[in-house]
Amino acid sequence: MEIVFTDQNFDQEVMKSDKPTLVDFWAPWCGPCQMMGPIVAELAGELGEKAKIGKLNVDENPVTAQTFTVMSIPTIMIFKGGKMVQKLVGVQSKEALREALEKI
Amino acid sequence: MLNAKMDKVYDLIIIGAGPAGLAASVYASRYKLEHLIFGAEAGGQMNEIYDIENWPGDTRISGHDLIARFVSHVENYGVKIKKESVGSVRKNDEGLFVVETSRETYLSRTLILSMGAKARKMNIPGEKEFTGCGVSYCATCDAGFFRDKIVAVVGGGNSAAVVALELVDFAAKVYLVSVEEKLTAEPAWLEKIAASPKIEVIKDTHVLEIKGEGKVEKIVLDKVHEDRTYLSVDGVFIEVGTEPGVELAQKIGVVIDAQNYIYVKEDMSTNVPGCFAAGDITTGSNKFRQVLTAAAEGSIAANGAYKQVKLNQPLTKTI
Repeated sequence: MEIVFTDQNFDQEVMKSDKPTLVDFWAPWCGPCQMMGPIVAELAGELGEKAKIGKLNVDENPVTAQTFTVMSIPTIMIFKGGKMVQKLVGVQSKEALREALEKI
Repeated sequence: MLNAKMDKVYDLIIIGAGPAGLAASVYASRYKLEHLIFGAEAGGQMNEIYDIENWPGDTRISGHDLIARFVSHVENYGVKIKKESVGSVRKNDEGLFVVETSRETYLSRTLILSMGAKARKMNIPGEKEFTGCGVSYCATCDAGFFRDKIVAVVGGGNSAAVVALELVDFAAKVYLVSVEEKLTAEPAWLEKIAASPKIEVIKDTHVLEIKGEGKVEKIVLDKVHEDRTYLSVDGVFIEVGTEPGVELAQKIGVVIDAQNYIYVKEDMSTNVPGCFAAGDITTGSNKFRQVLTAAAEGSIAANGAYKQVKLNQPLTKTI
């Protein structure tokens, strides 16, 4: 299931997560983010418990966006063991995201 | 790959769901062509256009809103855009097009290629390194990160002009750096640029490199500007034109020109019988590459497919 990450829960849900975690940095004003959203949601449904997948609204959660120098959206980051291990800028296909998760 | 879907033969398959593909689908629906339309990103480049002021009927509309109306029109005829990405296209022994996606294989009598184009890269040092860290190809997405910052827009055409004007609402200063001695954007945009105190136009200048520590800090120029050969900026928006996505087209032997655009005749047909092309991917419409010309080409291509499929078949009942 897709999770909504925030400045408040990021440390607990992402940095301290015991499984690979994919974060979709997005904002409502961004056209390509509207395309990315359903792809991420679909992937979350398909992967089930294998990985944690969710989105973070950069407008409402500027602290996390700034911490990871997000200056372009959509940006996808994959975290593992409390570290950012993969960063993908721009719209990604579901296959590309799945592959990126399998690689790490 | 053989599966149940292989038994079914569609009249038309449209690959690409930008304005060309979506307009083709509307026309195909009205021609009662049984068709599919594939597009991982409905709207394509249109999703990134902040402001369209030359779509007749709408004084001002965002690309995202206009494409939503296209999609709704397509869906009104019961057609759903398939988000599967198309991996390959070929012709089988019976002259049918075989379209393989990540999930299925489909057969069709005719094909419209409308995969559009993508932002052209400059291929200069620092561009790739700082993509997502100050280098952007989508102002609609990223303008908000540059509130009260200094940014540069590279390019001199309509897209660059629109992006510069969009950034004015956010940034403290916007440099518009063009290699041309005269900007090629429409006079209506140029007037707005001239009237904006925040925009400084630097003409006849190439950007050679993007530099910074972790994020963009400066761009290096090939000319001196105010005693320096660089500009201190927090962001660079690259708007130097587009490149067509023709990899699929080449797989079925469609002829392309030196810049990779698909050669089309007046009816949007290509050299491959039954295969049409429309929109930014073609040599059509004097390569004007507008939403309007893409949609027009899509409608002509659908008309071509209709003539090929329906008019070549005997009518099943007399009208």
